[in-house]
Amino acid sequence: MTATTATVRKVAANTSVRHYLARVAFGLVLTIVGLLFALPLVWLVLAPFDATPSLSLQWPDWTLDNFARLFQNPYAMRSIGNSLLLGIGTMIIVVVLGALAAYAMSRIRIPGRDGILYGLLLLSSIVTGTAAMVPTFQIITSLGLINTYTGVLLVLAGGILPTVIFILKDFMDSIPKSYEESARLYGAGPFRILRDVVVPIARPGLAFIAIWTIVQVWGNFLVPFILLRSPDLQPAAVLMYTFYTESGQADLRLISAFALLFSAPVLIIYFVVNRRYGFRFHGGIKS
Amino acid sequence: MSTSTTTTPAGSAIAPRRRRADDVAGLGTARAGIFVAPALILIGLFLLFPAIWTIWLGMTDYRLTGLQAASPEFVGLDNYVEALTDPSFWNSLWLTLVFVVASGIVGQTLIGFALAWSVRNIHGWVKALIEGLVLAAWVIPASVASFLWLVLMDRRSGTLNGLLGTDGYAWLIEHPMEAIILFNIWVGTAFSMQLFSSALSAVPPSQIESAKMVGASGWQQLRDVIIPNIKGHILTNTLLITLWTFNTFTPYLVTAGGPNGKTEILSVYIYETAIPGGQLGLGAAISLIMLLINLVIALAYIRVSRGRKKA
Amino acid sequence: MIHHSRRKTVAAIALAAAGALVFTGCSGDSGEDENGPVTLTITANAITGGKNAAEADWVTDWVIPNFEAAMEDEGKDVTVEFEPQGVDDENYKTKIALDLQSGEGADIIGMDGIWVGEFAEAGYIKPLSDVGGDAVDGWEGWDQIPEAVQNAVSFDGDRYGVPQGADGRVLYYNKDLFEQAGLPADWQPESWDDVLEAGEALKKLDGVTPIQLNAGTAMGEATTMQGMLPALVGTGEQVYEDDKWVGDTDGMRDVLDLYKTIYVDEKLGDAVLQQEAAGRDTSFQMFAANQIGILLEGDYFWRSVINPEEGVGTAPMANRDEVVGYTKIPAMEPGDGINGQDFVSMSGGTGRVLNPNSDHPELAWELLAFMNSKEAYEARNEGTISITPRTDVNDEILAEDPMLTYVSEEVLPITAYRPPLAAYPQVSTAMQQASLDVVSGTSVDDALASYVDSLKDIVGDDAVSGD
Repeated sequence: MTATTATVRKVAANTSVRHYLARVAFGLVLTIVGLLFALPLVWLVLAPFDATPSLSLQWPDWTLDNFARLFQNPYAMRSIGNSLLLGIGTMIIVVVLGALAAYAMSRIRIPGRDGILYGLLLLSSIVTGTAAMVPTFQIITSLGLINTYTGVLLVLAGGILPTVIFILKDFMDSIPKSYEESARLYGAGPFRILRDVVVPIARPGLAFIAIWTIVQVWGNFLVPFILLRSPDLQPAAVLMYTFYTESGQADLRLISAFALLFSAPVLIIYFVVNRRYGFRFHGGIKS
Repeated sequence: MSTSTTTTPAGSAIAPRRRRADDVAGLGTARAGIFVAPALILIGLFLLFPAIWTIWLGMTDYRLTGLQAASPEFVGLDNYVEALTDPSFWNSLWLTLVFVVASGIVGQTLIGFALAWSVRNIHGWVKALIEGLVLAAWVIPASVASFLWLVLMDRRSGTLNGLLGTDGYAWLIEHPMEAIILFNIWVGTAFSMQLFSSALSAVPPSQIESAKMVGASGWQQLRDVIIPNIKGHILTNTLLITLWTFNTFTPYLVTAGGPNGKTEILSVYIYETAIPGGQLGLGAAISLIMLLINLVIALAYIRVSRGRKKA
Repeated sequence: MIHHSRRKTVAAIALAAAGALVFTGCSGDSGEDENGPVTLTITANAITGGKNAAEADWVTDWVIPNFEAAMEDEGKDVTVEFEPQGVDDENYKTKIALDLQSGEGADIIGMDGIWVGEFAEAGYIKPLSDVGGDAVDGWEGWDQIPEAVQNAVSFDGDRYGVPQGADGRVLYYNKDLFEQAGLPADWQPESWDDVLEAGEALKKLDGVTPIQLNAGTAMGEATTMQGMLPALVGTGEQVYEDDKWVGDTDGMRDVLDLYKTIYVDEKLGDAVLQQEAAGRDTSFQMFAANQIGILLEGDYFWRSVINPEEGVGTAPMANRDEVVGYTKIPAMEPGDGINGQDFVSMSGGTGRVLNPNSDHPELAWELLAFMNSKEAYEARNEGTISITPRTDVNDEILAEDPMLTYVSEEVLPITAYRPPLAAYPQVSTAMQQASLDVVSGTSVDDALASYVDSLKDIVGDDAVSGD
């Protein structure tokens, strides 16, 4: 009797010790991973406030001069606004067009649908590269859209849409069809069903796509650079590359301050949208 | 691998029934066409058209400047021959495969999943903090992120050398591939993490409970309950990550393809051929080769997904 | 109901926003008639608050108002616009090539002299007098610009642009380190061996890299211009001579041997630094921190990098004038240099060209001539002084700066230029690769062999000199 109780106790103690150790190890690993992700970010937060930022992490000699210099730059602040305009503009186009297309593709079997989708997804990788720069430039020139946001938005949206449709279609596939059936019973038309039934359910996915699009556009240098002439129109991704000297040395005082201002809006958008909608990714290739 | 070799005659027979079952909103083919049309027009004009043009460029000796800019000549498949017989192309392809497998498929996917799995039951600030850090790395523009990594790995005053006491060690020269692989994991893990977080939260809790009841260990739960449930997500994720990693150019901002071409992955190779090298025709041809490789990979994934469907 | 109408409002706003975007970007493409107001545009790789800011400021604050006023005095209504770029040179080149190729672009375009050949061959630009008319050849400025400087933006014997500056390369050395190593503060090496000897003496100092001679592909053109080519002209050879590109020649062998001596045999230089993506920046920082003994750089290094003036230098040296010495680059042995010279240098040059697609080419020339007038250069050099292409201006402004006077008087007469040919950029890359191979341990023979192979791929077997 006593022997068995002791064994049981021992086992229980063992499990709880093991359990405890496992939790500590788990916490430790998670902390290390978190630190590894945080490590590169520290410079972004400290260097802008350092009088002499360098390519090393150092406790700043606190100053706001870098920002003061940046604010004197006639294009810097405006470029961040331009990035917002391009990011949100592209986002509206791809979310609206992408949702319509993805919904139709999810609910109607168009012949060769998957093949087309994969094909476009693959082609989007060619066109976002450097090789297609000349054709893209010439198309936009012949349409008379050089130095206009329309041209930039169309090219960006065209390149991003296949991925958006691909992800959203996965998403729509996973939405239970019973909701739409009952909506239809009440006499709702397809457009209304999409707007009032599908979109609200798919909102987390749409929010995810919206952010993903903004992130993509936010960092895009080549498309706005070649399609826009006027510096007043250039987004922050292009301006970031002007803070160099004639021989290509980085002016870290301006770059560190601008990097922070350049990153902050996307980070804020991201966390606000995340809080509001909570990203969910119902997708996955469905059978 | 339980892929059955029989083709599916049932597929076509099922299709009409499926259509009725799918088209719950009464969309109809015509209206579906209207829904799809605007996106397709945009894609056709600004994606398909330049892409086809690029493929044509790949069969010329076109350059942006010089005599060949004024009168490019049709050279047929010469560019393809030139690329495929160039050892630096094969070197670059090899580096790309290593990069994709290590940083994309293994790194981003596994770490992304592990993170999603680890924080799934945690709530409050710890979860928010971990997710926030990973996501911040993803959201920050590449040109900024590359600076952060230069600071981390700098030879003279880098953070890493400071922490490890390895003063003067040139990480980016001694271990360039490892550096860009870690960099890309850092940048891209958030996508997988998010995708798997949602996938995990969609796994029916009842299934996990019953697995626990029969005494399944954590690993067994993962293998028998979780993974079968999120297989579709794993495929979507792997497909997209592979494609993106294949095409990413951001490592260039950290190592500029160096030292001595040791991090010259295909996207960098194409850039260096097309822009500083000026050979746009050749660059276009290599782009198409890259697309074909991507196509093979995508087909492989689709095969896996089809096989799973039948099983 | 309310719910839906709000949705509609949101949709309407979204549409309106998209619509607004369509229009905000539209540029006012000028469709003015003969006598009406004329708009001219200038583009350059310069931007206020960023890269080459001084040039951008000069264009907006001096050139535009003064030219517009001058035109008004003549009764012409001319508006000048500036499209600043200020990005990486490679990207800038791509952009202006795309512009010119589609028949667009600014009326006056700034470009590196080394691009002139490729742009001319592509038909993107035309000889100045073909575009700007008779006024071009009669311009007073040509008399003031030495022929060699004019050649920096010429091609096939035709002037394609007006040079906007001149530069030269010298050896910089740190007098403090020289003193510590027992070397003279007033140093003038007569041969490569003299430089190497000084390097050996500097090697004894702790934490000092004796010599920085740019090598490798990571530094790009800086390796060719501040490494391979100054060494090559010191052997009496040029990269392009008698319709042939330099291949496996004695000169190339000597140059690569020099790299081998510095980086491999004697370890007088930091081989790893040459491969770092930001190696050149770092070399500047190290020189400024008294960690490099001898550095081959252009006058740009003096006036822009280590300039102690507030906000000018990126690696400022407060005691630059006392500590930093400069001296001419010696040939391999006295008299070994090109034209039998004892000392050699290399020069580059940027300039401005006229766009053949310009609607008002003659007026554009007037503007270009105005930008290259004596007054314009005086205004341009009010802040930081640099060497101008005009001798009349140099005589006045350079007196204040002994270093620039030295370059202008001692170095420019002995300097050499790169060939403005379309194949040059690729040949340059092959040379960078050869230096990298040697620095990273490959034998000179092997490095030279693979250099010649890639050279033949680029220019064809017949256009390569040497064995």
